[in-house]
Amino acid sequence: MLKIDHPICNLCGLCQKSCPFGAITAGDDKITVDERCTLCGACVNVCPQAALSIERRQASPEELARFSGVFVWAECEEREQKLAPRKVVYELLTHGRSLADRLGQPLVAIALGDGRLQGLERLCHQGADRVICCRHELLVGYSTDGFTTALAAVVAKEKPSVLLFGATPNGRDLAPRVAARLRLGLTADCTGLAIDDQGQLVQTRPAFGGNIMASIVTPYTRPQCATVRPNVFAAEAPDPQRPVSIEDFPVNLSKAAIRTRVVERIATASEGEKIEEARILVSAGRGCGEPSNLDLVRRLAHRLGGAMAGSRAIVELGWIPHTLQVGQSGTTVGPDLYIAVGISGAVQHVVGMSSSKKIVAINRDPDAPIFKIADLGVVGDALHILPKLLDAIKT
Amino acid sequence: MKIVVCVKQVPEITNVRVNAETGTLIREGVASILNPFCEYALDHAVRLKAASRDIEIVAVSMGPPQARSALMRCLELGADRAILVSDRKFAGADTWATALTLAAVIRKAEPDADLILVGKQAIDGDTAQVGPEIAEILGMPQIMYGVELSLTPNRKRIRVKREVEFGYEVLEARLPALVSTSKGEVLRRMPSLADVLSARGKVLRLATAADLELSDNELGLAGSYTQVVKVFPPAPKKGGRKVEGLEPAAAAKEIAEYLRSEGYIC
Repeated sequence: MLKIDHPICNLCGLCQKSCPFGAITAGDDKITVDERCTLCGACVNVCPQAALSIERRQASPEELARFSGVFVWAECEEREQKLAPRKVVYELLTHGRSLADRLGQPLVAIALGDGRLQGLERLCHQGADRVICCRHELLVGYSTDGFTTALAAVVAKEKPSVLLFGATPNGRDLAPRVAARLRLGLTADCTGLAIDDQGQLVQTRPAFGGNIMASIVTPYTRPQCATVRPNVFAAEAPDPQRPVSIEDFPVNLSKAAIRTRVVERIATASEGEKIEEARILVSAGRGCGEPSNLDLVRRLAHRLGGAMAGSRAIVELGWIPHTLQVGQSGTTVGPDLYIAVGISGAVQHVVGMSSSKKIVAINRDPDAPIFKIADLGVVGDALHILPKLLDAIKT
Repeated sequence: MKIVVCVKQVPEITNVRVNAETGTLIREGVASILNPFCEYALDHAVRLKAASRDIEIVAVSMGPPQARSALMRCLELGADRAILVSDRKFAGADTWATALTLAAVIRKAEPDADLILVGKQAIDGDTAQVGPEIAEILGMPQIMYGVELSLTPNRKRIRVKREVEFGYEVLEARLPALVSTSKGEVLRRMPSLADVLSARGKVLRLATAADLELSDNELGLAGSYTQVVKVFPPAPKKGGRKVEGLEPAAAAKEIAEYLRSEGYIC
């Protein structure tokens, strides 16, 4: 619980102001905490007197030192009948390389799939010292049960210090399952990862709709697990000179252990590139007026070598499939460039795209909230501006 | 047949603002609501009940005493009973400790649950971890991001249409199972006066740490594997500018120049 050192408290009231839950009251002679306190630590952070503390439990350094290595789940996807690592894996390996070097530990990629797994040497070219590969016919497609069992088996045997997943739909399905099986701490949707002076993984993530950032550590469980948003770290160019080491890891899986069955797959995505992987996104909102105008948006996206996306409003109108929806109830994206066309910027949308590196917004309403986060905001009618823009950037 | 719906009370993040000086959230005037994705989960339960027979819906929420109001809303929207899981000892729980506590409540109070429904994520933390962690602790299969749920005729399996990157996928799992739900066709609705009145006659009971078979060091902060060490405001956007009153051609030129200066076009 929150401990207050009353003698050194000078009743400045900063803790009361900083409490996200309104749990602290500064009275005339002392501060009090009520049951709304969640021990989030915001007050401990701001107290100039260091009068506040939270008791935490400890783990022995010897215990933690038995775990070594930064491991990355190399999520693979089907491409032309083959299974190959997806883009976020290369981003994680590039950043994981710097974490592993800082720790003086190896970087290892774990690939799960069936006989169609290929292109795994690229994982080493991208920075991995080893690739551990589980091939099994029951890992033909993603299943929570099959992948949890295989990955947990590798992790339990290899005892890594850090385990990273891309925060993709399957990554967010698998990571909590593996973490719970092995009783490990897990941090979701990180946008920053670093190693502190004690060699701990410091995981930074947004919360409360991106209004606040939190840095999180995992002091007494190993591996320290995190899912990481795609497009946060840049993948470096692969180095084909790096040595390749791929080893097979046999797993036992039975059909009965996979308790879900695929009945049907319904493909609606036709735009090709996944929006969370696109470097440039041009995103349409209700301000585009009608579905036929989306052609302008699509042409701009293609002209820039990017992909088209959209807001929840136009998904609900049926203009585009949900696979292209940016936002809290859709996909969280963080491209290099995000062009919002006729999107007002409701918080649920902004949460899903505010980590974009550059944001351009076009909207008729000068007070649209999207302008608060735009690097370049243009007040005007997108339907008149886009044709001129397409002309202006003709190559 | 029994469906347990795990729900969370959250601040309405649309209204959350940050104090520029302290870099922390301004709480005044921010309402607490039932997390929208939890509300969808409850509505999926109500739809399953309407399509079948003899289904009891139990809403469970872990939180401070005021989370009671989120459970009242669940009772108004169609839950038959509710359990508020509340104790000072639960404070500071991360997703693991939350899942362990909720799983212990379900194991103790509703061991015959056939289906557990959760919202795909809470809008304050956005972690989407508690559901799968509960499923793992209880040894159940899970299906995430469901938009359409139906029971097979013998009610031994749940069939779920779920959102995936290429579109949709229909999965089936044997019960008991846990399903997380996305919005789908569900709409948020206001309870009617009759709903509100009938909710008053329903049972909302309290479960505390003493009711669970967990030791104190498995609860709340003591039982959490992750620790928040710092909270800070996101880096402010630098150098953003807004142009107004330009003709379309001039506006287009402005954008093209920006794209060129940032290296997106040559």
